[in-house]
Amino acid sequence: MGDGNPDIATLKSPANKVGAIRLDAPRMLAMYTQMVRSRTLDERVWLLNRQGKVALMSSAQGHEAAQIATVHALRPGQDWFYTYYRDLAVVVALGVPFKEIMLGYMAKAGEPFSGARQFPCHGAYPKYHIVNPSNVVGTRIPQAVGAALAAKMRREGTVVIVYFGDGAASTGDCHEGMNFAAIHKLPVVFFCENNRYAISVPLSKQIAVSNVAARAEGYGMPGLTVDGTDVAAAYEATAEAAAKARAGHGPTLIEAMVERALPHTSDDDDRKYRSREEMEEVKRRDPLPILKRQLEAIGVLNVELDARICEAAKREVDEATEFGEAAPYPTTEGFYDHVYAPQGGAPSP
Amino acid sequence: MREEMERDERVFVMGEDIGTRGGVFLATDGFLQKFGAERVIDTPLAESSIAGIALGAATSGMRPIAEMEFADFIWPVFNQIVGEAARVRYGTNGGLHVPLVLRAPYGGGVRGGLYHSQSVESFFAHVPGLKVVVPATPYDAKGLLKSAIRDDDPVVFLEHKRTYRLVRGEVPDEEYTLPIGVADVKLEGSDISVITYGLMLHHCIEAARELAKEGISVEVVDLRTLRPLDEATVLVSVRKTGKALVVHEDTRAVGIGAEVAATIAEKAFDRLDGPVTRLAGPDVPAMPFSPPLEEMFMLDSKNIADAVRTLARY
Repeated sequence: MGDGNPDIATLKSPANKVGAIRLDAPRMLAMYTQMVRSRTLDERVWLLNRQGKVALMSSAQGHEAAQIATVHALRPGQDWFYTYYRDLAVVVALGVPFKEIMLGYMAKAGEPFSGARQFPCHGAYPKYHIVNPSNVVGTRIPQAVGAALAAKMRREGTVVIVYFGDGAASTGDCHEGMNFAAIHKLPVVFFCENNRYAISVPLSKQIAVSNVAARAEGYGMPGLTVDGTDVAAAYEATAEAAAKARAGHGPTLIEAMVERALPHTSDDDDRKYRSREEMEEVKRRDPLPILKRQLEAIGVLNVELDARICEAAKREVDEATEFGEAAPYPTTEGFYDHVYAPQGGAPSP
Repeated sequence: MREEMERDERVFVMGEDIGTRGGVFLATDGFLQKFGAERVIDTPLAESSIAGIALGAATSGMRPIAEMEFADFIWPVFNQIVGEAARVRYGTNGGLHVPLVLRAPYGGGVRGGLYHSQSVESFFAHVPGLKVVVPATPYDAKGLLKSAIRDDDPVVFLEHKRTYRLVRGEVPDEEYTLPIGVADVKLEGSDISVITYGLMLHHCIEAARELAKEGISVEVVDLRTLRPLDEATVLVSVRKTGKALVVHEDTRAVGIGAEVAATIAEKAFDRLDGPVTRLAGPDVPAMPFSPPLEEMFMLDSKNIADAVRTLARY
């Protein structure tokens, strides 16, 4: 891997193991099913982009284990998920129907996050507690901290997780948000999906230290780096951070070392800045076969069950694709809606 | 603010020096003792996160009042307010909204120099999704601030620093609100409409009183809100008088005056008896420190009276 990056092998050492929260086999199988579904959808959308049916795609391939593990470590329905543009597997694991996700990729009417005003899965889906306001990286970090402040003020026992890449970790908003959260011991989990590239700029040109988690000490909160291709590592770290946050002990910075299997977006070409040898190594760290092998080793997954899972995922994606293609674009009737509250923003009681 | 915090436990304040210090202009004096540290938050010196955290709390059901110590320090929050807060309702198709008030003391004539004197209103008034309120009197400040706190959309609430001490006025103890987006005719007249806001309102009224002695009847319209702009009140006044002078302390080019003048030109052209005229701050980057330089920047009632006389002769 690149210069000065954390050595993945060392992340598996006992020193990096946290607490007593352990991942069990049924949950691992549920994660695998979600990972297959997310990957199948992801690959289809990339293809639809190449066919001209989807304007833009930022793939989650390579990040899925970390993303799915966090959802299982938190409380969907209660906790809030401040996602970023590469978090398709979070959205999938939270249960957003594929047909609705596909409306977003195809910018069709009825898209639930933003009414197809924003890029796919941007905006918010309050029903699933997903918030993803913009494409400006880092801005959501203090916003998530504000949501955690509200949760603390209301004594709800709610935790907020905010996802971001290694690029966003360089923003001033990231620093300001983490600092405030640590001062006030807010119930927030900072989850950095470090794939070592901010579009084309490698990690060695983002930070002078070996990893993002090293900064946590400077804010007065725990920070740890985990192997983000390993669902157990990401699950256990997040579950422990969530438990700590819920108990009023403040934030944690988790850095999950993941791989970006594809270019930054469908508009990017990574051949200018990543060698093909490096991409071979990325393939070896693909979280999907890693989890598959783990499940086979403990006897939870066999060829037949795997075929059923894959077949069901393909069917689901096929149906969503057909649904999306048949759906109309939004009309311009509501173009001016939601600039302000209805009735010109009359004061609420 | 105190009344609204008593009325609604979702309301809280955050900003630099607002706790123990009570704010550099004492706007939150005694709040910490009354409401406690959880609702009166002394923040780190980090403006972007003041706005960003307030935004996140607002979309989560709270009603934060975020204070900028001086409007000159507002630029780090531009991204969170213009790029984010203003677009949340639109960008989530109504799924989330931002009941946030961003208070900022602004304006010059206080020996503030380049970094404690600036007018920032036109940058924010350009943005659909924001409301921009600029009260000029104590009575208006209370009624409009209450409306801003109860509003379901982000409000940039600008208070002219010089009016804190210069202007005294009756403020009833009882509950009242004033609607955002409604201008107020502060002085009725028949010969010329002077449209203004903020500190300049007081200079315009002073000028109008002088001009009355010369037989020129000036109507003074206080915009009070810059977005949404109360076009109707402005147009009614200009249609009556046939002449319009727009006065603001902020620099001239691409300022509020341009917007008001264009609106009048488009919608009351047939009733005009003279050119729609702007009287505004000079186009230098910011207000200088030394007294004669600062005076050169600031308009006063004499400048305004001269401009009215010129237009009245037209």
